Amino acid sequence: MNNLVEIRDLRVSFDGVPVLHGIDLDVAPGEALGLVGESGCGKSVTWLAALGLLPGKADVSGSVRLRGRNLAAARRLALERVRGGQIAMIFQDPSSALNPVMRVGKQITEVLRLHRGLVGASAKNEALRMMDLVGIPDARNRFGRYIHEFSGGQAQRLMIAMALAGEPDVLIADEPTTALDATIQAQILDLLVDLRHEMSMATVFISHDLAAVAQICERVCVMYAGKIVEEGPVRHLFDRPYHPYTRGLFDAIPSLTGPRRRLVPIPGAVPDPRYMPSGCAFALRCDRARDFCKQHRPELLPQPGGRQLACAYPVPEARDILHHQEEYQ
Amino acid sequence: MSPLLEARELVRIYETRRGLLGRSAEVRAVDGVSLRLRRGETLGVVGESGSGKSTLGRMLLGIDAAQHGTVCIDGATMPNPGTGDWRALRARIQMIYQDPLAALDRRLSVAQQLREPLDIHRIGDVESRTQRIRDMMQSVGLRLDQTDKFPHELSGGQRQRVVIARALMTEPELLVCDEPVSALDVSIQAQVVNLLADLQRDRRLGMVFISHDLKVVRNLCDRVAVMYLGRIVEEGPADTIFVDPQHPYTQALVSSVPQPGRALDSRIILQGEPPNPGNRPPGCAFHPRCH
Repeated sequence: MNNLVEIRDLRVSFDGVPVLHGIDLDVAPGEALGLVGESGCGKSVTWLAALGLLPGKADVSGSVRLRGRNLAAARRLALERVRGGQIAMIFQDPSSALNPVMRVGKQITEVLRLHRGLVGASAKNEALRMMDLVGIPDARNRFGRYIHEFSGGQAQRLMIAMALAGEPDVLIADEPTTALDATIQAQILDLLVDLRHEMSMATVFISHDLAAVAQICERVCVMYAGKIVEEGPVRHLFDRPYHPYTRGLFDAIPSLTGPRRRLVPIPGAVPDPRYMPSGCAFALRCDRARDFCKQHRPELLPQPGGRQLACAYPVPEARDILHHQEEYQ
Repeated sequence: MSPLLEARELVRIYETRRGLLGRSAEVRAVDGVSLRLRRGETLGVVGESGSGKSTLGRMLLGIDAAQHGTVCIDGATMPNPGTGDWRALRARIQMIYQDPLAALDRRLSVAQQLREPLDIHRIGDVESRTQRIRDMMQSVGLRLDQTDKFPHELSGGQRQRVVIARALMTEPELLVCDEPVSALDVSIQAQVVNLLADLQRDRRLGMVFISHDLKVVRNLCDRVAVMYLGRIVEEGPADTIFVDPQHPYTQALVSSVPQPGRALDSRIILQGEPPNPGNRPPGCAFHPRCH
């Protein structure tokens, strides 16, 4: 088996309400995987559960294997060695993920000490190298600064430096550019792509922004209401989405070129996890749904071309609806 | 005929202090902005954080006072904020914010939220108010069984519909929207954008749509103004401004928008720090980042 991470039938519920309904997910060494979906679909919870970062009231089952070792059975100490050492995670808001009263250089050297056993001058030099690597100008003079003295984009770079300090095999980036301005977002996306190649690590990019995912990932999983509904290589999936939800997400993105047009929303809203429909969770919002969909929950099944799909009545033709869209005026 | 909204040379300066005992510094949040808006027209204002777009939005309603410059509504100068005349005018000019949960009163039901503006501006009697609330709920796509719901019982998209409904209760002529769909998921965002487009067309509203999302702005607005460090650096029709941007900043902004199918390395990546309005570069404010 060649997978770095293998997640099998991962389920999570909060207070008896299931929010993750059995996730199977593999991450190969060095690959760039995108996880997209709207808020509440479980894309973050999947990884928080995998890394044992959910609060105690969360009920987690299933297996998470890292290089064949089951993390779910691992003790806290072993798990702490994995987190930051083999799997690192960065979050949307760096100012709340970093320690506000600890100098940034110290926060990076702490990782180096815990995961690579570096101390003293060698730790400091390595920390400076990391700060250089993520593009913090004048790292030597800013080593002793606090996080509030950095801009949002630089704080995000520092969190990336901290995550990379343990030389992880996988970097989980949870909405890493969502809180940033457009021009800074472009810088950070670029940085993540460069670093992935440079450090030959796998990247899991969690985002609600399909377009951003398309630009930096090779493979994408689309999640809806706690399940993966479609999975496949980026180009194929984007050229021809099979699942009506994936298709709906694409159509809902306004375009920056071509004629101005009325946006195409997906009707309705994501179902409340407390009152999940018994059939397909998307059926109520789906214009292709039939009676069958309301009774049977579709399984994620392999498709030609290395793709997977959970839908009984997939989208037949690609991209022809767009031409019929009514235009403004 | 005078335009619905005309702003001339608006300036807003904030005083800030660096450190506890530091010298005070001037932040020119809005620095000489002029714009016009006709009835039934939508003007998009785009820019990054710190560009002054939100401050500008508040100044257009008089919520933030201009240190210099004037705002005219229908040819008449905006009365001083806080006066009776200004409060009366506020029924005709309304604002929609980004975060509906913060904009709504958590202790009031949907009906109560919608009734409040009518009470404040003494519009109609008890019966006609109730009818108006019903009509408005229908026109923004809320169900009548949601009348007695509280904000926490509604989804994000529904809450934003309540905010929009409340802003429209007094039948305003001008609507200033500050990032009204930024907190919403893509599929819901499209619902709310379409709702705003329909309401704007049906009621011939003048609308100022402030957003960082170029894609939404382009599809919704007639004209677009691009702001950088308190100034409008480029303005033009929505159809052409992002197709053929002239200002290097607009070019970079357009280029930084992720689009499926476009390669990452074909983009213009701006170097350098995001702008700090407290430390405005001399000359063209964009020059340190200009490619």
